[in-house]
Amino acid sequence: MMRIVKGNEAAAIAAKLAKPDVVAAYPITPSTDFPEKIAEYVANGELPHTQFIPVESEHSAMSACIGASAAGARACTATSSQGLELMHEMLFIASGMRLPIVLYNANRALSAPINIWCDHQDSISARDTGWIQFYGENNQEALDLMLMSFRIAEDPRVLLPAMTCIDAFICTHTFEPVDIPSQEEVDAFLPPYKPTHVKLDPDEPMTLGPFGVPEYYQEMRYAQHLAMKNAEKVIDEVFVDFERRFGRKYSKVSPYMIEDAEIILITLGSVSGTTKEFIDKMRKGGKKIGMVKLTVLRPFPSKELIPLIKNARVVATLERNISLGYGGAIYADLAGILINEEKRPLLIDFILGLGGRDITFNDLEEIVKACEKLIEGERIERPVWIGVKKELV
Amino acid sequence: MSEATSLLASGHRACAGCGAAIAVRQVLEAAGPNTICVNATGCLEVTTTPYPQTAWRVPWIHVAFENAAAVASGIEAAYKALRAKGTIPKDKKPNVIAFAGDGGTFDIGLQALSGMLERGHDVLYVCYDNEAYMNTGIQRSSSTPFGAATTTSPAGKVIPGEMRKKKPIALIAAAHDIPYVATASIAFPADLKRKVKKALEVEGPSFLHILAPCPTGWRFGTEKTVEVARLAVETGVFVLYEITNEDPLKPIVTKKIKDRKPVEEYLKLQGRFRHLFKPVKRQDIIDKIQEEVDRKCKLFGVDED
Ligand SMILES: Cc1ncc(C[n+]2csc(CCOP(=O)(O)OP(=O)(O)O)c2C)c(N)n1
Ligand code: SF4
Ligand SMILES: [Mg+2]
Repeated sequence: MMRIVKGNEAAAIAAKLAKPDVVAAYPITPSTDFPEKIAEYVANGELPHTQFIPVESEHSAMSACIGASAAGARACTATSSQGLELMHEMLFIASGMRLPIVLYNANRALSAPINIWCDHQDSISARDTGWIQFYGENNQEALDLMLMSFRIAEDPRVLLPAMTCIDAFICTHTFEPVDIPSQEEVDAFLPPYKPTHVKLDPDEPMTLGPFGVPEYYQEMRYAQHLAMKNAEKVIDEVFVDFERRFGRKYSKVSPYMIEDAEIILITLGSVSGTTKEFIDKMRKGGKKIGMVKLTVLRPFPSKELIPLIKNARVVATLERNISLGYGGAIYADLAGILINEEKRPLLIDFILGLGGRDITFNDLEEIVKACEKLIEGERIERPVWIGVKKELV
Repeated sequence: MSEATSLLASGHRACAGCGAAIAVRQVLEAAGPNTICVNATGCLEVTTTPYPQTAWRVPWIHVAFENAAAVASGIEAAYKALRAKGTIPKDKKPNVIAFAGDGGTFDIGLQALSGMLERGHDVLYVCYDNEAYMNTGIQRSSSTPFGAATTTSPAGKVIPGEMRKKKPIALIAAAHDIPYVATASIAFPADLKRKVKKALEVEGPSFLHILAPCPTGWRFGTEKTVEVARLAVETGVFVLYEITNEDPLKPIVTKKIKDRKPVEEYLKLQGRFRHLFKPVKRQDIIDKIQEEVDRKCKLFGVDED
C-alpha cells in the first residue's frame, strides 16, 4: 500500500510491522515522531503486546533495551545526535553482549554549538561501537532498512545490534510516497525472535555480562569481529530475499555511472539523490563523473567497493562529518582498503553540509574542479572544506 | 538454606567478612530461585563473576555501573510482553531484583533509579550500602558518613575526613510514593527477610536499603562485620524502618532501641574513624556525629522508653 509519510513515520511503521516486544525511547528532535508513533500504536491497541517504556533518558532507553533483549524480547529504540552520544557507553555493551537491538537514528549534528539539523557526526562517532550501520537515502529506504535490520541483527550467525540512519529533516520530516508492505508479507519475511544464546530465565540460570578477565576478553572481541564478518554475507542474503518478496533491490554499495568515470564521488544518505542529478548534468557537458552510494558502513563493504573504484583517477568522499585533526571518516576507511591495491586512484575528502548546511550543485562543482586539479598533478591540502564563509571564522 | 544450595554460592572472591555478600545471600534466601538479578558494576559484580566462573545460581545480568534500574525495567517489561504475547505461560512471573552499591544508587544511578520507581516497574531495587566506592579503592560517595576517611575524603591536617552528611536515599525513594520502601541490616536477618518478602509481594516498585559493612573499606577485623552492623542499629546511626504508600511521609520504625548506645562505640571499632581518636581525640567531631544521630532518632522515634 502506498502512503505519503515522513521518514520518521516510515521508520515507526517498520518497527510496528516487526511487532517489537519492548520499545524504550526518549524524545529528541528530529526523531521524536518515532516514540510518539509507537506510543500511539500501543494506546490504540495496534501493538497489543508491546511494552512501550517512556524512559527518563537515552542512556536508560538503551539500558532497558539491553535488559529486555537479554530477557528474550525483540527490543528497539530511536534517537539522534545528543541522544546517541548519551547512549554511547551502552552501544558497546549491547554489541558486546550480542543483543540484536534495532535502533533508528535521525542523523543530526552534535553540540556545541547546539544544532538540530543534518550531518552524520553522531552515527559516524558510533561506528566503532560494534553496531551494524545502514544509511538510507529516502523514506522508503528508512522503512525497508529498518525491517531488514531486525532480520539481519537476529540472524544466529550475526547476533549484533543494528542501526538505520536517516538524514535529519531532509528525510525525517519530508513527506514522500512509501510502499508499505502488509503484515502478512512482513510476518513471512521476519520470523519471531527466538534467542538461544542468551536468556534470563529462572528455569535455566545464566550469568550475563560477567567480569571478562584478560584470558578471555580478547576472544570475546574476536567473536564479535567474526559476527561482523558473518554479517557481510547475511546482509547480502537478506537483501536478495527482500527483493524477491518486496521487489525493491538493495546492495551495500550502489554505483552510478562509474564504468568510464574518471572521478567517483562517494556518498552517504540523502545527498546521493542530489549527486545523481548533478552527475546527469555534468555528463551532458562531457565530464566523466560517477558516484558510489554506501548503504552499509559497518561492516565496511571493502570487497564490493574496491573493484568499483580502483580504476578511477580520483575518488572523492563527501563527508558530513569530520574527525578533527585528521579529516573525513570515510576517507580514512577508503584509504585503508585501497593502500595495498596495485592500481589505485587518488583519494581526497571534502567536508561539507555540516549542521544542516545545504549541499548544492555549486558545492559539487567545486569538488569536481578540485578533483580535476588533482588529476592535473596539482597538490591539494586535504581535507578540503566546502562552502566555509572564511569571513565568519 | 544450606551452603550447598545457597543461591549465591560460596567460593566467590569477595573479601572475608564482606557485608555485601551476606546481604545478597539473605535477600536471595527470602526471594527464592524464581528470581532474575541485575547487578550494577561494583564489588559485588566483580567478585562474583570472574569469567568463566560465577557464584550465581539464579539468572543474573550485569550491564554497567549507573543503570541497574533501567536494565531491570527492560527485563520486567520483556516478561510482561512475552506473557501477553503467549510466548511464555501467563503465570511465569519471576521476581526481578536489582542490586547496586551506594555509588551505583545514591550517585551515578540515581536518575535511572528515579525513572524506574516513577514508571512503576514491578522491580525490587536493593542498595547494598558500604558507604563508599569500594571497588575502585574506597572513594567517598554521597553515602559516606560525616567524619569518615576515604581516599577522596582523607583525614588531613586541616580537614578531618568527609564533611558532608549521608544522603537519605530511602526517603528519596519513598518520595516517589511507591508501594514499599525499607531499610535493613545484615545483623537482623529475620527483619531483613521479612522486608524482602513484603517488597516482592507488592505490585510495583520497592526499594530496600541495606547497610553492608565492609571490613576492607571501614577497616575493622573480618570477624566483626555483623557486630559492626548491629552497633550501627543499636547506636541509632542506621535506623531500621519501613514505609508503605499508605503514608509515604511516615516511616514506621521496625526496630526500636532501648538504651541507645553512644555512637563512639560504633566509631571506635573502625579504622575509617581512627583520626577522630588519635593522635588527639576530636571530641568536637564525635559530638557533632552524636548530635546528628540524636536528632534523627528523635525524628524517626527510634528510642523505646
Ligand atoms: C561510568 C562509570 N564510571 C566509573 C566507573 C568505575 N567504577 C566501577 S565500580 C565503582 C564504584 C562502585 O561503588 P559502589 O556502587 O558503592 O559499589 P561497591 O564497589 O562499593 O560495592 C566505580 C567508580 C564505571 N565502571 N563506570
Ligand atoms: S572491599 Fe568491602 S565490599 Fe568489596 S568485597 Fe571487600 S569487603 Fe566486600
Ligand atoms: Mg559502595
